[in-house]
Order: sequence, then C-alpha cells, then structure tokens
Amino acid sequence: MDNTGRQDGQPLEDASPRNSRRRFSSSDKIYRFLLTACAALIIVVVLAMIAVIGQGSWLSIKEFGFGFLFGQTWDPIKGEFGALPFIYGTVVSSVIAVVIAAPLSIGVAVFLVEQAPRSLARPIAFLVEMLAAIPSVVYGLWAIFVLAPFLRQVVFPPLQASLGWLPFFKGTPTGIGMFTGGLILAIMITPIITAVVRDILEAVPVTQREAALALGATKWETSRIVLANAASGIAGAVILGLGRAIGETMAVTMIIGNRPQISASLFDPAYTIASVIANEFTEATGDLYLSALVEMGLILFVVTFIVTALAKLLILSVGRKTQHTA
Amino acid sequence: MTSLTALCTLGVISILILILGYISYQGITSLSWQFLVETPKPVGEGGGIGNAIVGSLILLGLASLVGIPLGIAIGTYLAELGSGWFGTIVRFVADSLIGVPSIVFGVFVYALIVLQQGYFSTLAGSVALALIMIPIVTRTTEEIVKLVPKSMREGALALGAPEWRVTWDIVLPAAKTGIATGAMLAIARVLGETAPLLFTAFGSRFYNIYLDEPMASMPVQIYNYAISPFEEWHAKAWAATLVLITLILLINISVRYSTRKGY
Repeated sequence: MDNTGRQDGQPLEDASPRNSRRRFSSSDKIYRFLLTACAALIIVVVLAMIAVIGQGSWLSIKEFGFGFLFGQTWDPIKGEFGALPFIYGTVVSSVIAVVIAAPLSIGVAVFLVEQAPRSLARPIAFLVEMLAAIPSVVYGLWAIFVLAPFLRQVVFPPLQASLGWLPFFKGTPTGIGMFTGGLILAIMITPIITAVVRDILEAVPVTQREAALALGATKWETSRIVLANAASGIAGAVILGLGRAIGETMAVTMIIGNRPQISASLFDPAYTIASVIANEFTEATGDLYLSALVEMGLILFVVTFIVTALAKLLILSVGRKTQHTA
Repeated sequence: MTSLTALCTLGVISILILILGYISYQGITSLSWQFLVETPKPVGEGGGIGNAIVGSLILLGLASLVGIPLGIAIGTYLAELGSGWFGTIVRFVADSLIGVPSIVFGVFVYALIVLQQGYFSTLAGSVALALIMIPIVTRTTEEIVKLVPKSMREGALALGAPEWRVTWDIVLPAAKTGIATGAMLAIARVLGETAPLLFTAFGSRFYNIYLDEPMASMPVQIYNYAISPFEEWHAKAWAATLVLITLILLINISVRYSTRKGY
C-alpha cells in the first residue's frame, strides 16, 4: 500500500487521450495486465467451447456430414442419427412462442412506458420481471400439472371443433405436445422481450412525442410513431426472445412429449434439440450416439450465438445501450 | 387502444399470480421440517430435499467463488480500459454468451471434465454454473462502473494515485451496491438452473461434501420428482419448488429494495 504510483518527474502535460497520456508505474502495468488477462479469459472460454464441442461432434460430423441436418431417422440402436425432427420441433415451438409473445410484450411495454402512470408502472414492471426469475424447471412443473390439463379440457376441444379441418389441429389433443411447448415458451420469453422493448421506448426522446402531440396526433398515434422509430430495436428484442426460446430446455422437455417426428398437427408430441440433449445425454451408449448429441449441442451453440449477436446489433442500432441480464 | 395494452399487462401479471399462487397452494401442504432435512427415499417412505438444499448451496458457493470475481474483473476491464478493439471483442463475446443456452455449457463441461475424469462431480457442476455467471456479472458490472462519475477518477489521478488504486479505492467502492446487485441476480439465476447440472453434477441421494462425487441440487431434484409417475413425489416436487422459488424471489425482492434505497 506504500506504492505512490508514478515515478516522479513524469509530467502530466502530454494528456493525449489514449494510453500515452502518462508513463505507467510498474503497479499499473500489473493492474492493466491482470484485468486484460481476465478479459482475455472469456475469449479463451469461447474458443475452448468451440474446440471441445467441435471435437466431441467430430465423429458424427465425419459419419453423417451435412446429411445430419436433413436426416429424419433417430435410431440409436441402428446407429442412425438425423437431426431434422429436432430442428423442426425447435423451430416450430420457438415460432409459436414468438408469435404469441411479441405482440403481448410490445403491448405491455407500450402500456408501461407510454400509458400507465409512473406510480403504477414501477410495481407492474417489477412483477413482469419476476416472471423471468422463475426457473425453467418450475415452468415445466406448472405446465405438466396446470397448463396441459387446462388446455386439454377447456381450450383444445372447442378449437378442434371449429378449426379441426386444418392440418394443424388434427389428432388427439392430450395437452402434451408442440402447442403447449410453444405456449410455455411464450410465457417465458415475454418478460425478456418486454424488458428490452421498454428500454428502447424509454430511449426515444420525449421531443418526438411532443412533436407528434403538437401536430394533433392522438395518444395512440403518438405511440405508433414512437414504435415505428424504434422498429429495428424492437425487432432486435423479438429476435433476442427467439434466441431464448430456441435454447430453453427444461420446461419444453417436460411438456413437449419428446417424440422425434415431423407432424403438422400442433397437438402432437414433438422433440427439440435442447430436449434431446437433456434426455438422452446421460444414457448415450456408444461413441457415435454421444457424438451425435454433442453435435446437437454444437448446432444449438452456433445458432444461439449468432441469433443473440444479431439481436444485439439491432438493439444497439437504436442508439443506446440496453441491458438484459435477467 | 389503451385498454388493449392494459389487457396484455393484466394477462401477463395474472399468469405470474396464477403460477405463484398454485405453487404456494400445492407446496405448503407437503412442507415440513422432515422434508427440509431428510434425503430422498423410495415412494411411500417420506423423504425430503435436505441433501439437495446443501448441494445447491455448495454448487452455488463454488461457482460464485470463481464466477463473481472473474465477472467483476472483466466488467471493470470493459468499463475502465475497454474502449479499444479488444474491449469491443470482449464485450461482444460476453453479450453473445448471455444468449447461449445453459445446456450448452453442460455439454461443454461434460466433454471437458466429466468425460476425462470418468465420473460426474460437484466440481464439474460448479464449473458449468460459474461459466453461466461470468457474462451476467460482467455486463452488470460494466454498466454500473460506467456510471461512476469521471470527475471522481480524475480527482484521484490528479492527486497522484496510480490507476489501480483509483479503481480499487475509488471506483469499485462507489459502485459496490450495484455490483453486489448484479452478483446477487446472477446467483438467483443459476440457483434455478437445471439443464447444465443434469450431466455434470448429475444428482445424488445422499448428503455429500466431496468435490469428486455427484451432487444433488434442488432444481434437478424437482425435475426428478416431477417426471416420476408417483403422486406422492409430485407433491414433493411442489414443496421443493416452493422452497426454491421463495429463495429466488427473496433474493430478487431484497435486491430491488436495497437498490431503490441506494439511488
């Protein structure tokens, strides 16, 4: 603690903005080195993840090549592995989630930022954020014992009676299947999209709203102008939610039925990439089986990494930093 | 249109109330002292989540020991030194890591540690959780440290303090409430993580304190109880959920309360 820092005789006057502004004492060199090393570590971790997961999937990549992505059979006994049913399940359940969650979240965010009185907005925003704090496994538990029976008994019968001629609503609605999976995902990503859209709307300057109001726009028209100006950021928020939905594991695993099939009916069981990893990883016998599952992890890693990065770029394009930590 | 957006909000809030209400209603009936201290037993013989509670605390403690200091260091780097190209890359990587599903960290740690050692272990579970915590703590720390006024740093530098003392004695103390908030939220987040533990810490039916053995945790125990065919175990799943969700909400609410007073 007796280190006083700079060697004396070093004038401070060369205050050019960058690192050259003064000569660093040795303690500062250590400080900079340590912090930079920690920061470098996160990059090392990502590179290690790519290397280790890539190496783990090598056997499967060598065996199946790109055909892995289009193969429809998942037969551990015969040693045949194709990811298409899982990719289908992941994409469809995530799309259902986003289609439900996006308008809902934007509605909540608009209400909180543009319409609700401040005193009401704060506690409500807190409650919405609490939804993000509930663990995935708890959503799964609730979905099994509350949501699925409710859908089976109350929602699905009239839906099938009126729209049963569509291929999406054929089959036996057991409550366990693609639609329920998508719905629980929608609930889970709503707080995430809401939080980001809120941040974006709050970043839109008040002067824009005042200008619109001064021109005679109604409150709703003003909100629409604000939304239009934040469109790219809102798209980013929705994509962020999509990324979350793609990678969500436990709740979906518990409710989607875990059957690798491609069925048009939303009532039928399905399977997702994350679910098959969660279910079969510990019981994977044989190197090829394990490798195929690790390749599933690789697909998930690459896709979510890119989706999140894309979302972040869109959000930043609105011109303000936003956080999404919960 | 206000009524439509208000309806959206009402819908979302009621889902939260429905979920929390149902957990309390179902969970409270099976909750007892025995349940909180006993280990899992076969159907019909009672049993509880004592070892899972201890397991969660150990896993979380180890993960925090590594994840929180590292996250704070990286976040501080980004705020104080991260204006160049390297900082941009680190920030981008940390941001994108937040979006990577937790199960991918499980796969990574499985291939890295479990496969090499040949057994599931507490150590592997903690590493997976730590990896999830790092980017979360990094981002909150950066945001908070950036809020510390520049004049405070300049004042200290003008007095001849070296950079590391400015960070250690001026900037970090000023930001400590916010940093603690971020750390607590990260803890609350991984407290409920199941997927990365399934094939790292795996789960256990016994009390355990060893790093090289499988370790029980609350979320994994809830999962095992929930997907079982026994009604008695379903009741246990609800009770365990009540315990878990109470802990998580307590952390979230206390953090909220303390930060509101702080600003």
